Amino acid sequence: MAIDVSPTFKPRLPGYRFNLTGWASLAVVITWAAVAVLAPYLTPHGVGDIVDLDYFGPMSAEFPLGTDYLGRDMLSRILLGARYTVGISLAATLIACTAGVTLGMAAAVSGGWFDAALSRFLDALNSIPSKLFGLVVVAGVGSSIPVLILTLAIIYTPGSYRFARALAVNVNTMDFVTVARIRGEKLGYLIGSEILPNIIGPVFADVGIRFVFIVLLLSGLSFLGLGVQPPEADWGALVRENIGGLPFGAPAVMAPSFAIASLTIAVNLLIDNLPQKIRDRSA
Amino acid sequence: MNTHLLSLLGGRLLVALFTLFVVSFVVFGATQILPGDVAEVLLGQAATPEAVAGLRAAMHLDDPAILRFFYWLGGLVTGDLGTSYANNMPIAQLIGGRLKSSLQLAAATALFSVPIALALGITSAMLRGTLYDRAITTATITVISVPEFMVATAGVLIFAVWLKWLPSLSITRNVDSFGELIRIYAMPVFTLSFVISAQMIRMTRAAVIEALNTPYVEMARLKGASRTRIVLRHALPNALGPIVNAVALSLSYLLGGVIIVETIFNYPGIAKLMVDAVSTRDLPLIQSCAMIFCFVYLLLITTADIIAILSNPKLR
Repeated sequence: MAIDVSPTFKPRLPGYRFNLTGWASLAVVITWAAVAVLAPYLTPHGVGDIVDLDYFGPMSAEFPLGTDYLGRDMLSRILLGARYTVGISLAATLIACTAGVTLGMAAAVSGGWFDAALSRFLDALNSIPSKLFGLVVVAGVGSSIPVLILTLAIIYTPGSYRFARALAVNVNTMDFVTVARIRGEKLGYLIGSEILPNIIGPVFADVGIRFVFIVLLLSGLSFLGLGVQPPEADWGALVRENIGGLPFGAPAVMAPSFAIASLTIAVNLLIDNLPQKIRDRSA
Repeated sequence: MNTHLLSLLGGRLLVALFTLFVVSFVVFGATQILPGDVAEVLLGQAATPEAVAGLRAAMHLDDPAILRFFYWLGGLVTGDLGTSYANNMPIAQLIGGRLKSSLQLAAATALFSVPIALALGITSAMLRGTLYDRAITTATITVISVPEFMVATAGVLIFAVWLKWLPSLSITRNVDSFGELIRIYAMPVFTLSFVISAQMIRMTRAAVIEALNTPYVEMARLKGASRTRIVLRHALPNALGPIVNAVALSLSYLLGGVIIVETIFNYPGIAKLMVDAVSTRDLPLIQSCAMIFCFVYLLLITTADIIAILSNPKLR
């Protein structure tokens, strides 16, 4: 017979409270996510349409962020660019963190040679500077969106692995894990039902930090002309194609940079201001 | 106890060597994934099959990949970096001057940013919680969260376009005076310093705060030592290990920053050479540049680790 141990009333725990900075950054993140999904319905002008006879036009009522090096509307291009920056980064983050966290927990639970070999190998992978790794892969394989997603995922898997393993090692020494192991539970159950629920909070925070790293790396690669290829353009590529407007102080150069900064700073602030109960929800 | 220390250091060096081996394997592998016959590319469409076969044999292209990997690795170790595909020059010759320019840029950046970053990091730890500290913390988080090219473009926009103080390109010809030299280096050094200082300030601040939270600092405070004396005499000597570690780690961020900065300012360094090599798909040149980068990176993080080990009095 099950004993009902649920409390009769649930007070609003102060630990779950979200502060103002948290709300503001959450709003920015949600806005960019919505823009990425709805971009084609939001753009005031066609992305490829040359709408201004002048190039590198200034901010105006018709073109709030000016026009680019061909006279295309910058606002429309940034709104559509959100798709590439957010979409590619999100896909890469999810792959990297799923692989890293799963492997990290498996290594912590299994121990022995599996743990030692995997840790050594991923540590070695981690000691290749990330931009350099990107350059080498693009040189060898060429740049396309699937290649970019996979490369970014591979670059950030070791960091996620290291983080999850460190957390999982602590949980692994707990009595309930030992009990589960003695019960004869398999590896999949141990990591999915015993370890993961106890490290999920910090893991979420880590996913956010890795997302920021990936956005920055993707933008950097695109800025070098090695990321998203024309005619498609993410925010980094938008800065690259308009860099010629720098001497004129054209808004087309800085606007995409500000879009990147608003996204990365918002995600960082969101993580810093997550309610304590979520952030520190570890064993 | 000394043998213990030596074995720790030896172990660290072995790990670094092993890492370098794995790294070279990854670099070689990533550039060899795509099937493509280099010999045919080099000789062009008019080449006879015999000529292609001859070149393939001469370049060991018929050997299995793993053998070619060891030939390549052997060449690297003995200083034979191979020949560039694009202009048929020995890579060592291409890299030589470029490496020197990049090292000059890195040295100038380190000389400029390390003292400033240390001063800001230590003072913000001393004045923890004040407006000064909060301003520095916010500024460093902001710089870390934005891409390097944004710092660079904003710098150009402010100092070269609006204020017209500095040139926006770094062309190292026609340097007549010391003042001219400073004007040319200013933008790249300023941008790079910005990026690595942010990391350095954060790590230095954390190290000093940790040292300030120890019982012996509390003891010093109780006996009435001044704040300056507490920091300079009691906390800093003990935080020195972590701080030097932080400096070495931050300098490794130079490698990522330098790729962007050399490209944007057209600085003739090794990172620019490598980015250009990627666009011409000059694989041997890319491999050599990548290995140099990884070597320097490993050197810096291994040095950081060794300093951390050496500075721990419990291990001496």
